[in-house]
Amino acid sequence: MLETKDILETINMIDNENLDVRTITMGISLLDCIDEDIDKACVKVYDKICRSAKELVKTGEDIEREYGIPIIHKRISVTPIGMVAAPCQSRNVVKFARALDKAAKELGVNFIGGYSALVQKGFASGDYALIESIPQALAETDFVCSSVNIGSTKAGINMDAVKMMGRIVKQSAELTADKNCIGAAKLVVFCNAPEDNPFMAGAFHGVGEADTVINVGVSGPGVVRAALAKNGGGKDITEIADLVKRTAFKITRMGQLVAREASKRLCVPFGIVDLSLAPTPAVGDSVAYILEEMGLETCGCHGTTAALALLNDAVKKGGVMASSHVGGLSGAFIPVSEDAGMIAAAESGRLDITKLESMTAVCSVGLDMIVVPGDITPETISAIIADEAAIGMVNTKTTAVRLIPAIGKKAGERLEFGGLLGAGPVMPVREGSPEVFINRGGRIPAPLQALKN
Amino acid sequence: MKAVITVIGKDAVGILAKVSDACAKASVNIVEVTQSVLQDMFAMIMLVEIDKSTVGFDELRENLNAVGDSTNTKIHIMHEDIFNSMHRI
Repeated sequence: MLETKDILETINMIDNENLDVRTITMGISLLDCIDEDIDKACVKVYDKICRSAKELVKTGEDIEREYGIPIIHKRISVTPIGMVAAPCQSRNVVKFARALDKAAKELGVNFIGGYSALVQKGFASGDYALIESIPQALAETDFVCSSVNIGSTKAGINMDAVKMMGRIVKQSAELTADKNCIGAAKLVVFCNAPEDNPFMAGAFHGVGEADTVINVGVSGPGVVRAALAKNGGGKDITEIADLVKRTAFKITRMGQLVAREASKRLCVPFGIVDLSLAPTPAVGDSVAYILEEMGLETCGCHGTTAALALLNDAVKKGGVMASSHVGGLSGAFIPVSEDAGMIAAAESGRLDITKLESMTAVCSVGLDMIVVPGDITPETISAIIADEAAIGMVNTKTTAVRLIPAIGKKAGERLEFGGLLGAGPVMPVREGSPEVFINRGGRIPAPLQALKN
Repeated sequence: MKAVITVIGKDAVGILAKVSDACAKASVNIVEVTQSVLQDMFAMIMLVEIDKSTVGFDELRENLNAVGDSTNTKIHIMHEDIFNSMHRI
């Protein structure tokens, strides 16, 4: 028989500490939908997604009810559309975004990712047109998410793409200025993008993946924080790391169970469990609060990077043993607008963009959901992307940039998205123009770390 | 399949009877019960067999929730695997 205290612990985690499975994401390959005629291709894309993911939402809800575990999102990721669009004669790539959006609405999923291009080394046919169409695609659709990989440890950084993305991010915000610049919140610029990431907005279905696959993203910052609050008093750092590991193990086991069950019921192979601590704006479900629970007065003060490094590592060590396949981003997320503790720290001025940048060197993603002044220049956005990509490239890790230029707003004001995307203070960026550097174009050569063979 | 019913709340007369009654009405067999009362707080855990249940899982949960409302307790019913996978290696 199970022990009473274990059962009550699980119930308490769900009821009071926001334990949930953040997302079941079905990856769907669209390589067999490629067609020279864009309209035919769009019909094939829509049909394949609807056919493959017909039961996704219902299965997710069934598992949720039977196991009593909230599964917050059911989502879809697809092959980067840049590839699917490559042979199309028409340059009106937005048609694909409309097809994806229509399929998402038909199926009841709340995001569909993969309006993407992988251009870390150069632009293939279709990539230019896709990237140019991103602002319009994000403005015209509700659920489509876009990502562009502009660098990798193996390939270096494509500075032509970096330059382009500064403008695209800004335009995405401008085109949706009447909707809180939401376009930019659905666009991620990656270095070393993982091909099996279940989390939005950066999810896409890599070309090396099976035809369809189930990936699951777990969550649980609230549970880790509560464990530290309850049992962390007076403990040294080794013991704190151990406590985080044990908690991460339990969270991940739950994710593994859900992934296995979903894969079985949908007859779709199980891909990976992503061991991420993904915060939500709900009070208590915050990565910043975990760091503060470790003994920092506020997230952003000196010591934050060390605390985050410890947290990120312990989450992986605990989680990796709990799951048969681990992948995706796997680590702690630090999206500012989605984390109550980060919002508070940013509003008080104690957490700024430079501290966040150094934190991204030791956590799983990058500069995520950061609201910047609306008058930011495209070159400055590009330079922020380049800095972040350099951290990822040199450290052989994923980094990403999701900045939201708040059109018409200045530093100190606030931008509200609502829901899981939260709200964020407009954060100032550093002064000085990187214009000449960015306009040079070209490629940053791959670092020595790439030469491992 | 086996499920775990947990009942948490302020101790009162008849909680066990009402929960058992809801199970019996649905032909749900109670395999094991543990119960503890800690400073007025009542925590009961039942392992039940629901393969022969005459009502669906959702309906059973709703019935139990109704018992929870009438006894001022919080009742969950969850597949036992969730606890097995979380707490056993």
